[in-house]
Amino acid sequence: MSELKVHEVSKLFQATTRAGGLTPALRKVSFELRQGEVISLIGESGSGKTTIGKVILRLVRPSSGTVTYDGKDITRYSARGLRDYYRHVQGVFQDPFSSYNPIYHADRVFDLLRDVYFARLSDAAWNDKIDAALHAVALNPSDVLGKYPHELSGGQQQRLLIARALLLDVRVLVADEIISMLDASTRVDVLNLLVKLKQEGLAILFITHDLSLGNYVSDRTIILRHGAIAEIGPTEMIFGNPQHDYTKMLLSAVPELHKKWRHTALGPVALPGDDGAVSGNGSAAVIPVAVPSNPNGRGATAPVPVIPLEPPVLHEFEPGHLVAEPE
Amino acid sequence: MSVTVANLSVAYRSHRGDVTAVDGVSFSLADGEIMGLAGESGCGKSTLGNALVCMDTRMKATAGKVMLDGKELPIEDGRAMRPLRMTEVSVVPQYAMNALTPTRKIRRLVTDLLKSHGVRDRDRVLTEMKRRIALIGLTGDVLGKYSFELSGGMRQRITILMSTLLNPSLLIADEVTSALDVSTQRAVGEMLLEFRDRGYVRSVIAITHDLSILAQIADSIAIMYAGRLVEKAPTPSIVNDALHPYTQALIASLPEVGVRHDQATLTGIPGRPPSLLRPPAGCRFRDRCPFAFDKCAENPPLQEVRPGHHVACWKAAQEASE
Repeated sequence: MSELKVHEVSKLFQATTRAGGLTPALRKVSFELRQGEVISLIGESGSGKTTIGKVILRLVRPSSGTVTYDGKDITRYSARGLRDYYRHVQGVFQDPFSSYNPIYHADRVFDLLRDVYFARLSDAAWNDKIDAALHAVALNPSDVLGKYPHELSGGQQQRLLIARALLLDVRVLVADEIISMLDASTRVDVLNLLVKLKQEGLAILFITHDLSLGNYVSDRTIILRHGAIAEIGPTEMIFGNPQHDYTKMLLSAVPELHKKWRHTALGPVALPGDDGAVSGNGSAAVIPVAVPSNPNGRGATAPVPVIPLEPPVLHEFEPGHLVAEPE
Repeated sequence: MSVTVANLSVAYRSHRGDVTAVDGVSFSLADGEIMGLAGESGCGKSTLGNALVCMDTRMKATAGKVMLDGKELPIEDGRAMRPLRMTEVSVVPQYAMNALTPTRKIRRLVTDLLKSHGVRDRDRVLTEMKRRIALIGLTGDVLGKYSFELSGGMRQRITILMSTLLNPSLLIADEVTSALDVSTQRAVGEMLLEFRDRGYVRSVIAITHDLSILAQIADSIAIMYAGRLVEKAPTPSIVNDALHPYTQALIASLPEVGVRHDQATLTGIPGRPPSLLRPPAGCRFRDRCPFAFDKCAENPPLQEVRPGHHVACWKAAQEASE
């Protein structure tokens, strides 16, 4: 029973602004990813969701805290141990095109893998393996083998990368925004593929900013805010009964087909030093307006407060459903 | 009618011949209308938008004309278009967040823009800009900042502000909400509504692949497929009562909040759109359409089957007439 455990992981980045200092990207994030489980990691840009994925893939070293896989700390692997780790833990990223070298055939991503992991495998056995992996992601080998990346659609490219991960004995997949660049019609195929792989026992960390996609595939959901967990729990509890104000705000902003946002016109606003309309063609009657007091959910432009390193305390609202104190 | 596009075709020159990316598209927009233009990548929606503002050297209009407020828009003539840009038609281009150069402060970008469009009374326009900045909930000091000091959402909104500063009749907003977080998406969407309500822009064509955002802000939605307009109707009709099989499939592929895979399995659309270099005759969705029949070998015309509801599909037209 393999399990990935993220324990109080923090990551501080050196800020590049004039003020300098350290910016916390992750603040003591802890969770476990079990076999056959899909966790959606949802947060806005800058919430640290991609950093978590990178820490798990050992692309970023955490400032403190540990990630253990099968009880072993992943930062302490030897070269051979790391190779075995990557046999089980793989990532797929947002822009499929940038994962390929445009001057080689797309299936070169398979060959590179062969050199490292399957050097002794015969050609016939290797081809069978590729066929099986392509079959698993519902790709027709003749459609994709020997083609250049630009000849494949985004959905095909993304499924080919998942097939690459399946060639290995992959148990954990970090899927970072893998469908946000795809068209609605192809995005669903990739989503349904993830569901199928999960049913076969794959653990998936599904990183996204799209709440409806996260909701569709996942068993549990983590809402990340300023690098700390704001809310974590079974997906139906988070979406059905959100407790954190931030989660509620996110959910209210999701555009839905059959429900309109409640748009309230801003109304008159009085402004310093104003006179008539602008030059130019239109004749807009400019209504003097009072500067709106930036109500919740609108704008999200309030100056970002200095973020304390210590994350807010999590309380158990109902079994398995933890909610952070407001910050 | 503030905007009328009649039978517009736009082609790209390529080594292997012309690629007609927009093929005989006709529609009209009323004053104050926000029209959503949606479709898969490569369907021609951005080409259509760009053609109305600024044709690049690879593009040429092969047929049709565009009327704006009763006057023909000289879309082929870059020199004649120049005084009309920003004042009559304006664009928020795709990846607008990256449209602001990092080497100049926002104020300088705005004054440069006004200068190049021959606006004399720049102080007055800047005052108006400050007013609008306050209106959307930002502070006036963004004018004194560099673009890299602003977040993606702020940059996006500043770009929209700049594009609409001279109150254009028609605004082309190309993917203005993509790549934004949901809360910022909402802020940008509501900003478009507010600007329309205040008359800063008279009508808007919002180009996006995201139907659910259009359901929020658009008055009508037009769906394009492989260079052609396949359906146009008021937003509620598209969302609840789409007639074209392609529109129906697009809507069926959208996940909704609160629906999980074990409750309802979404379906994609198998296949890919045809190549536009030598497109097949007849309905272009035929190969992917579950309802295709013999008649579909002929090209279906866009016809009004119900008041305001236009669709280019033999089956839908047949059913509507019954």
